[in-house]
Amino acid sequence: MPINYKYAAPKNFYALAGTLTPWLAAATVLLLAAGLYMALFVAPPDYQQGESVRIMYVHVPSAWMSMFVYVIMAGAGAIGLVWNIKLAEVLAAVSAPIGASFTLLALVTGSLWGKPMWGAWWAWDARLTSELILLFLYIGFMALQAAIDDPRRAARASALLALVGVVNIPVIHFSVQWWNTLHQPASISSIAKVGTPAIDPSMLWPLLIMAVAFKLYYVTVALMRMRAEILERERNTAWVAEVLSAR
Amino acid sequence: MNWTEFFHMGGYAVYVWGSYGIAALVLVANVWAALRRRRRVMTRLRDYARANEAGNE
Repeated sequence: MPINYKYAAPKNFYALAGTLTPWLAAATVLLLAAGLYMALFVAPPDYQQGESVRIMYVHVPSAWMSMFVYVIMAGAGAIGLVWNIKLAEVLAAVSAPIGASFTLLALVTGSLWGKPMWGAWWAWDARLTSELILLFLYIGFMALQAAIDDPRRAARASALLALVGVVNIPVIHFSVQWWNTLHQPASISSIAKVGTPAIDPSMLWPLLIMAVAFKLYYVTVALMRMRAEILERERNTAWVAEVLSAR
Repeated sequence: MNWTEFFHMGGYAVYVWGSYGIAALVLVANVWAALRRRRRVMTRLRDYARANEAGNE
């Protein structure tokens, strides 16, 4: 299959991202509104957890995003490392703060859910601990990026760190099976439950809509950040001079 | 629908609204940071270009 390399050129990518961003932002807002409405008004309270189960609709999507963004970040870092593609390096760099904020959100909402349900804000449980390590990996990645002035060298060093850290992703995912955790096991992704998730459709739908909304949000913000980053890195080119003088 | 009951969240108001509030904060902060970054890059590169032009004259 031929690959369209046209958009691998920073200039074309900058233009394409600029066209896409408003549409993606609009789609994000619509899905987020629908997801929030369903999560807060349509979804039923849980028979055991009552209304506190509504925390799930922000906690689970943010936890999924924390891992999803990390895999994208490490994958983009690897592509930059192997094929020297600048756009991949930029994607890895801009993904880190977004992924870190989703990780923090997963941890804080988990804490706010754990307190009324488990009676503790925090436990050194395998799931919680591996998610905390994920936050430290993001922080390490960003610190390394900030510590090296040359963006190409910073990209290479931090890509290696991200790749080593990928080992933590399956640990997070399977932690609820490998260890006897306080955290509840997976309700949706377990292989044995494909097609018949252990969650009612009235709760599954708002959860999935919120998850898609969060994904779109990530793509939107990542593209916004990538555009600024591209301008910075391509500042000595004629097309950036044109962009700057227009308006 | 009873709004008082809705905001009460069956006694879990602090935890539920706390979670949604922090989620909103994170979502807004990321967009704000992205916009600020763009503004700063634009300003700096324009200043740089202007300084270069002045230097060439």
